[in-house]
Amino acid sequence: MTIADQAVSPRNLTARLRAALGLAPAGPHYYVYRHKAFVRAGHWINALCLLVLLMSGLNIFNAHPALYWGNGSNFDHPALMLGAYQDEFGQVTRGVTEIGGKEFDTTGVLGASRYGGDLISRGFPAWATLPGPNWLALARQWHFAFAWILVINAFVFFVLGFRSRHFLKDLIPTRADIAHLGREILEHVRLRFPHGETARRYNGLQKLAYSVVIFVLGPLIVLTGLTMSPTMDSAFPLLPILFGGRQSARTVHFLCAFSFLGFFIIHIAMVVLSGTWNNLRSMITGWYAIQGQERRP
Amino acid sequence: MTGSLLLKRRQFLGRGLAGLGTLLLSGCYDLSQKPWFTGILGEVENLTRAAQHLFAGPHTLAPEYAKTDIAPMFRANGTLDPGTLEYKAHAAAGFRLWRVTVSGLVERPVSLTMDDIRKLPQRTQITRHDCVEGWSAIGEWTGPQLSLILAAARPKANARYAVFYCADPMTAEGDPDHKYYESLALSEAAHPQTILAHRLNGAPLDVAHGAPVRLRAERQLGYKQPKYLERIVLTDSLAGIGGGKGGYWEDQGYTWYGGI
Repeated sequence: MTIADQAVSPRNLTARLRAALGLAPAGPHYYVYRHKAFVRAGHWINALCLLVLLMSGLNIFNAHPALYWGNGSNFDHPALMLGAYQDEFGQVTRGVTEIGGKEFDTTGVLGASRYGGDLISRGFPAWATLPGPNWLALARQWHFAFAWILVINAFVFFVLGFRSRHFLKDLIPTRADIAHLGREILEHVRLRFPHGETARRYNGLQKLAYSVVIFVLGPLIVLTGLTMSPTMDSAFPLLPILFGGRQSARTVHFLCAFSFLGFFIIHIAMVVLSGTWNNLRSMITGWYAIQGQERRP
Repeated sequence: MTGSLLLKRRQFLGRGLAGLGTLLLSGCYDLSQKPWFTGILGEVENLTRAAQHLFAGPHTLAPEYAKTDIAPMFRANGTLDPGTLEYKAHAAAGFRLWRVTVSGLVERPVSLTMDDIRKLPQRTQITRHDCVEGWSAIGEWTGPQLSLILAAARPKANARYAVFYCADPMTAEGDPDHKYYESLALSEAAHPQTILAHRLNGAPLDVAHGAPVRLRAERQLGYKQPKYLERIVLTDSLAGIGGGKGGYWEDQGYTWYGGI
């Protein structure tokens, strides 16, 4: 039987695509439907939103590259500050990062970086911000537009996630997951990932990571973002109190953003280490290859 | 599969991803210049404003703080001294001849001296100033509620905006046609915490903070609260004023809605 004889289903369509690209898994394998459509759509919309929100957020941060704790800004004692030194002619010579009063030289990346050839004073470098040049007005518009998309996407995801029991069935770690967490961490550190039937479901560490991102970091970054809005603070005066002040909320917002970045980096590393194409395919088409056997046992 | 093939694929992948990143970034930058896209961003501003008004009615109050919360040094931003001959003369005379007028779509135009403003019922509020740049400072502001003055001027039924004209020129040459201006929806102008502040932390307003009188609109960002206030004009449209976007910074691309 040739490939063309088979009926076109998502399964053999991807098989043909993979065969054409030379990406077919080696050895015996079969496919399982691993991710529902709403999870896949939500995932990619999130990925785009997080990228735009992070980069436009860094541009917004560059308008005042310092963080504080409390309601007001104590300019003399920032918790974190990205700054630059100039020589007597006004030429920027060095970029520094100040954390809790201690100064670190971060020339080229933080505090001062090259833009159009010259070293200039700017918090985060142009390659990390959207738009590239410091442009607060435009960065805010990008940020709020994608914040809306993120929140609407999250709302749909939460409704469908509860209704389809995806959260309860697949995401919330079980007692057994928690009990095996130590071994799971050890396995991950050794870069040994579940294979065969066990790879069908998220492992404990995955569940924990996804749950923290979805149920803790996500709501936290939205709420701290809203706390920075003076009109929202008039509607919900508890918001700034909850986070210990507007500047604290801004700091927490920043920490959440970098937690997201940390998650993103580890997530990509895990995707690559545990099978780039299989993972990518399953998050695009839903179908995940289980290796070792021709057919589902 | 041979090792070199694998390597080539990895290189291809790496370059592809880097290329995609560059494309995405330059794409974003190009998008920012396209009218249809900035149009969408403008619609987002309307969505944000509508959503915030859903939660924050016309009278929800911005948080007020205790005296102990007042910042030791309240940062002055934007114009620190209008520097015109006219303004210098006013400052030298202790702003005795300074007037704030209310005109436009009103039944009875109003003109107030600083003495008149100080004689009106006063509101003192310790509030948080939120700059669009990201920093905040807490200060104690005193002045009459703008709603009192607007009520005296009796806005006409078609008045929708209050436009605020200031004494500080915004060009290096001090061009009198390009002074700072701002605007608020009439409802925000009549908010209980919207005051014509002439005192900061118990002392008359200094030049850097907007002497002799500035607007405080506590549910808005700093750029919506102009300093060196001279004229308030009620209008039904912002088109045809300055760059047509409702304020000096709005004409430079900042959103007219400044509640976030």
